[in-house]
Amino acid sequence: MIGFYTLFHKEVQRFWKVSLQTILAPILTTLLYLLIFSHVLEEHVQIYPGVPYTVFLIPGLVMMAVLQNAFANSSSSLIQSRVTGNIVFVLLSPLSYREIFMAYVLASVMRAVVVGVGVYLVTWYFFDVPLRSLSWVFLFALLGSAFLGALGIIAGIWAEKFDQLAAFQNFIILPLTFLSGVFYSIHSLPPFWQGLSQLNPFFYMIDGFRYGFFGVSDVSPYLSFGIVVTCYMAVSWLTLKMLRTGYKLRH
Amino acid sequence: MTPAVEVNQVKKRFGSLIALEGVDLQIDQGEFFALLGPNGAGKTTLIHILAGLTIASSGNARVMGHDVVTGYQEARRLLGVVPQELVFDPFFTVRETLVIQSGYYGLKKNDSWIDEIIHRLDLTEKSNTNMRALSGGMKRRVLVAQALVHKPPVIVLDEPTAGVDVELRQGLWRFIKELNRDGHTIVLTTHHLDEAEALCNRVAMLKLGKIVALDSTQNFINSISGISIRLRLSPGPMPASIESLISSRSEGYCTLTIKEYSEIEQVLGALRKAELQVLEMKLMQPDLEEVFIKIVGSKSD
Repeated sequence: MIGFYTLFHKEVQRFWKVSLQTILAPILTTLLYLLIFSHVLEEHVQIYPGVPYTVFLIPGLVMMAVLQNAFANSSSSLIQSRVTGNIVFVLLSPLSYREIFMAYVLASVMRAVVVGVGVYLVTWYFFDVPLRSLSWVFLFALLGSAFLGALGIIAGIWAEKFDQLAAFQNFIILPLTFLSGVFYSIHSLPPFWQGLSQLNPFFYMIDGFRYGFFGVSDVSPYLSFGIVVTCYMAVSWLTLKMLRTGYKLRH
Repeated sequence: MTPAVEVNQVKKRFGSLIALEGVDLQIDQGEFFALLGPNGAGKTTLIHILAGLTIASSGNARVMGHDVVTGYQEARRLLGVVPQELVFDPFFTVRETLVIQSGYYGLKKNDSWIDEIIHRLDLTEKSNTNMRALSGGMKRRVLVAQALVHKPPVIVLDEPTAGVDVELRQGLWRFIKELNRDGHTIVLTTHHLDEAEALCNRVAMLKLGKIVALDSTQNFINSISGISIRLRLSPGPMPASIESLISSRSEGYCTLTIKEYSEIEQVLGALRKAELQVLEMKLMQPDLEEVFIKIVGSKSD
């Protein structure tokens, strides 16, 4: 347990020591999205009856920040350790592959939650966002960030160089987040795109998370929950398998 | 007594490259052991297999009786490795680095031992300095400290003195010798054969993934018979009695090989009789370097 806790604590310190870049910068970026989109669309769009567009947008943006930062944390930490070589200190230690997995995932969840809460608190000061069910909100935030944290481990191990990691981020993570219904309800899409969106696991994370705020969602939160749990377990299984066999880590 | 290190028929292939070709090795507890060989001989691969950084293609290895794959947690707890590359975590200070490393081994209250290794490795003044700000030699010391945080009975040093100044080298070896005296088994690779000769009781020489020679340092040196005398003489014909002792000649120098020191007297006597003056003379005892060149067929670096 001490070994696991040490690695977890080290990973938290790693992002905390550069919090300007890892916490404040993503909070600012998210607020800029909110400012721009609400300015452009507030007058024109209403997705849920009685809910102003800006208020609709807030939970989606919070979740987007949560997911992106969870991924960024584990993936950038791993690629840095691998490129600079200091991953060797973890690999030489008796830490089990499960402990390594847990430490990286939990540190990712930690950063994601700090960023998410940060964005929420700032918007809460300016807007009246309802909060129907804190448990659904946290359930989806934790599951979603754990999912992306594990995915970040995979990307951080798979990528040999920083630009490969950037490709993973720009060509997989970013499109999946942007096309998940952060900015709109998928009911507003043509049937083809609606069907396609339903294959995107990120959609269920955003939708379930938003349900926690409004009590309204595109699909049932139980369905979303089931799908997100399944995705998390699948990605975790793959991550654990990579860590156990030492894929790209122990040659 | 359980051997400190046991390697049985270990083979390692990287694609088509064969790094290790069936290595067998046993190192007993308390030994000071050197792995020598030219670059690419497989020394680091062998060390990496012991440390679990590389997985053997076949065969097995044990540290203090624990298999490095099936009993990896125990094996790693009993092993301290100083890696060859100068790696560090730029987010932390020297002390933080050591506290974190202790934690990985499940040690929570390790401050007094950390203080001691910081002191012994002369890092006290730098203990609260960020790793980034340290010189290469200082970073090397921290790597050694990191390998020792969990007081491992077996300590492996992969080229610990590469790029390190003389002062640190001496201090480092003094510390390692003390650890050895306290019962720690030391395994090292080095390009400085004089270091291996001065420190190690046993030596294995690797070439192209195989152990080509394995013996005590003393036996290796004894295996080379004779003492060499390198001479520069005033011009004139060599006396016949000496002619047979000449092993090589180059640029005005000639090297004679004798079996015992008492023969020097005869050599000098013969030179005096022939009225040849000795302009320069150097006596050379056999050393590990000579044995190494003879066996491995190249210089160590």
